[in-house]
Amino acid sequence: MKQLTHILEGFGSTLQLLLRSLSYIGTLPRQRGRFIEQCYLIGYTTLPIVAILSFFIGSVLALQAGYSMQNFGAKQFIGSLVGLSMARELGPVMVAILLAGRVGSAITAELASMKVYQEIDALVTMNIPPARILVLPRLAAVLVMVPVLAIIADLVGWFGGAIVTKYVSFISIEPEAYFSVLRRYMKFKDVLNGLIKAEVFGFGVVLVCCNIGLNTRGGPREIGAAVTRAVVVSLILILVLDYFVTKALL
Amino acid sequence: MPTPSHTRNPFTSVETPAVGVEIQGLSKNFGRLEVLKDVSFSIEPGEIFVMMGPSGSGKSVLLKHIVGLETPTAGRVMVNGLDATTEAAREQVRMAMVFQAGALFNSLTVYDNLALYLREHQVADENGIKEKVMRALQILSLEQTAQKFPSDLSGGMKKRVAIARALVMEPQLLLYDEPTSELDPVMSATISEIIALLRDEYHVTSLVVTHDRDLALNIADRVGILMDSRLVFLGTPAELRHPSNEKVNSFLNPKIDLKNPRYKKLET
Ligand SMILES: Nc1ncnc2c1ncn2[C@@H]1O[C@H](COP(=O)(O)OP(=O)(O)OP(=O)(O)O)[C@@H](O)[C@H]1O
Ligand SMILES: [Mg+2]
Repeated sequence: MKQLTHILEGFGSTLQLLLRSLSYIGTLPRQRGRFIEQCYLIGYTTLPIVAILSFFIGSVLALQAGYSMQNFGAKQFIGSLVGLSMARELGPVMVAILLAGRVGSAITAELASMKVYQEIDALVTMNIPPARILVLPRLAAVLVMVPVLAIIADLVGWFGGAIVTKYVSFISIEPEAYFSVLRRYMKFKDVLNGLIKAEVFGFGVVLVCCNIGLNTRGGPREIGAAVTRAVVVSLILILVLDYFVTKALL
Repeated sequence: MPTPSHTRNPFTSVETPAVGVEIQGLSKNFGRLEVLKDVSFSIEPGEIFVMMGPSGSGKSVLLKHIVGLETPTAGRVMVNGLDATTEAAREQVRMAMVFQAGALFNSLTVYDNLALYLREHQVADENGIKEKVMRALQILSLEQTAQKFPSDLSGGMKKRVAIARALVMEPQLLLYDEPTSELDPVMSATISEIIALLRDEYHVTSLVVTHDRDLALNIADRVGILMDSRLVFLGTPAELRHPSNEKVNSFLNPKIDLKNPRYKKLET
C-alpha cells in the first residue's frame, strides 16, 4: 500500500514538473546558453559510447543471424534483419539505456546535490523557478539530441553488420548485396518509428531523473541513493514504455 | 526610530513601499519534534529586527517560514499582507536571504553567483550587471575572488559572497542567518554597518539572526529572543541590557567559571 502511494506520488510530481517546465517555454530563446551546454553534455559526450555499442550490437546481430540462417539458405536476408532490428528496436532502446546511465545519473546527482546544499532553496527565494532554468533546457536539449544519437546508432549498427557479413567465412556476403537487401525491406516508416521511440524514452528518462534529483531530502548520503533510484526507475520506464509505444506504433 | 514608509532602490532610486512581516501564532513540528510553539511578533517596515537564541532553538526554521520554504504546522506568516507560502508573496516582494551555510551555487563562479538574479530577472544589460556586481564585491572586499568558484574560498569569504549576492538583489526584505558568525571582528563591524546603512538610506526591512551581541546592541531597533521554541523576550536593545528574565540574562551574559564548569553540572 505504502509502495503504491509512493509510485503514484512519483507519477504526480513528475507530471507536475513537466507542466511547470512547459509553462516557461517562452523563456527558452534567452536560455540559449544553457540549452547549448546541455546539448553538448547530452549529445556529444554520449556519442562515442553509442557508436561503440551499436557497432558491436550490429555485428553480433549479423553473426547470430548468419549462424542460424545458414541452414535454411536464407542468409542473404541478413541485411534486412539487422537493418530492421537496429532501426525499430535495438537502436532506440540502446540509446535510451546509455542516456539513463550516462546522462540521467549525472543530472540526478547534480540536482540532488543542489537540493541537499540548499542551492535550490536559494533559487526559490530569488523567485527563479528551478523548473525554468534547470529542467526546461535539459528537456529541450534531449529532444534535439536523441534523434541524432539514434540515427548514428542505426548507421553504425548497420555498418557493423556489413563488416561481419563480409569477413566471417561462413557468411561472406558482399556489402553491396547486404545493403541492397537492407534497403529493399526497410521503409522510411521503420526508421521514423524508431526515432519516435527514442524520443519518448529519452524525454521520459531526463524528466524522471530531474524529478528524482529535485525531490531529494536529507544529507549527502541521499545523493547516492537518489542516483541509484533514478537509474533503476529509468530502466524500468524504458522497457515498460517500449512495449506500449511499440504497440501503439504497429 | 524613524518610521520610513518606502524602500528606495539604491541604483534606480525608485521608491517602493517598505514591507513588514507579521507572524501570527506560528507553530512548527517536524514529526514529534516541536521546533516553534505559538510564536507571534511583527517586524515593522524599515526596521532592523535582531533574533537571538541558543543553538537549535528554531531561528533558521523561523527564517525559512518567512521566505516560504517551510509551511507552518499552525498559524501563519504574512509578508506585506501576503501569505508567505504563496507565489504572490515571492513575486510581489523582493526578498533575499543569506543562508547560514551560504547556499552558493557551486557550479558558478562568484561573479555568476551574483549575476544570476540580475540576469534571470533582466534587471539590467550585461554592462549594468557588471557594474552592480563589482560594486557589491567591492563593498565586501571580494574583488579578487570574482572568477573563483565557491569551493576555492574560505568559510568567511563564502559568507561574504552570500551577503554580496543578497545585496545585489536590492531587496525590500533582507533576512540574514548568522551573517557574522565566521567573520573577523573588523569584517563583522563592516557587516553591521552595511545592515544599518541599508535601513537608513534605503529603508530595507531586515531580520538578522545572530549570536553577535555587538551587532544586536548597536544596530537593532528591536530584539527578540527565541528559547525552548518560544519567544521569551521582545524589546529594545536598551531593555536587553537589563533583562528581567533570569534565563535570558544567563544566556546573554554567561560566566566562564573554571571551578564549577557547566559540563560537570550536567553529570550530576
Ligand atoms: N528539515 C528538518 N527536519 C527535521 N528537523 C529539523 C529540520 N530543520 C530543523 N530541524 C530541527 O529544528 C530544530 C531547530 O533548528 P534550527 O536550524 O532552526 O536551529 P537554529 O536556532 O538555527 O540553531 P543554530 O543557532 O545552531 O543555527 C533543531 O532541533 C533541528 O534539528
Ligand atoms: Mg541556524
